[in-house]
Amino acid sequence: MASIKIRAKAKDGITTVKTLMSHPMETGLRKDSKTGEKIPAHHITEVTAEHNGNVVMTANWGGAISKNPYLSFKFKGGAAGEMIKITWVDNMGKGDTAEAAIK
Amino acid sequence: MNLLRRKFIKTATFVGAAVTVGTGVLVPQRAIGAYMAAAFEAKDVNGALSAAMGTDQHSASDSIKLKAPDIAENGAVVPVTVSASMDNVDAISIIAASNASPLTSTYQLSAACEPFVSTRIKMGKTADVIAVIKADGKLYSATKEVKVTIGGCGG
Repeated sequence: MASIKIRAKAKDGITTVKTLMSHPMETGLRKDSKTGEKIPAHHITEVTAEHNGNVVMTANWGGAISKNPYLSFKFKGGAAGEMIKITWVDNMGKGDTAEAAIK
Repeated sequence: MNLLRRKFIKTATFVGAAVTVGTGVLVPQRAIGAYMAAAFEAKDVNGALSAAMGTDQHSASDSIKLKAPDIAENGAVVPVTVSASMDNVDAISIIAASNASPLTSTYQLSAACEPFVSTRIKMGKTADVIAVIKADGKLYSATKEVKVTIGGCGG
C-alpha cells in the first residue's frame, strides 16, 4: 500500500520536496467517545529523505503532527529524473517507503 | 593522583555521553532505535529543547521566519513553515509551548539542505509556537502566538 505521495521539483539548483503520508497519528491522549478508554498512541516517529542514496533530512516526530502528515523541505542540488526516497517508521514498528523522480 | 584520575575518568565519561547525545543530533544517519523519545516525553519547553537540541539556551533571531496562522480554527491542523537566512543549519525543532509534550517535531538537516521545513501540527490550546534552529552549534528562535479555537490534542 502506498501510503506516501511525493512531489519533487528542481528549480534554480534547489529541489523542493513535498510529501503527504497517510497515517492516523494518534497522540495517545484522545479517548474513545463510546468506551471512554484511551486510544493508544500510534504515530510516525521517524521520516527519512534520501536523494541518490544520501540522507538529506531526518525528521523525528511526536504525536503532535497532524493526521495524514504533510512535510515539505528543500535541498541544494538534484536534477530532473533523479530519485527521491521517503521512508517512515511509526511507534508500532510499521513503516513504508516510496520513491519518486524529481521533475 | 588517583583521586584526580577518578575525577578525570568521571568527567571524561560525562563528556563522552554528552558528545554521543550531540552526535545523535548532528548526524542524520542514525539508527531508528535512536529516536529521541526523551525529547518528546519532556513536559516543558526547556526540557524538550535540552533533550532534542542539546541545550535550552536560545536567543531570538530576526533571520528566522516562522509562518503560522494568527488564528487556527482547528487545533488539529495548524500549518507551520520555518525558514531561515542562516548558514550551517544542522537542526530545526518546532515547539507548541502549551502542549502536553511541547516538542512537535525535530528535523536533522544535512549540509545540502536549505534551512526550510513546512508541516502541519496539532495544538491543544492557544499558545506560542516556537521555531528553534541550530546553526554553528548555537540555538536561535522565533516565536509566534497562535490562537486556537478548537483544541486538537486530547478529547
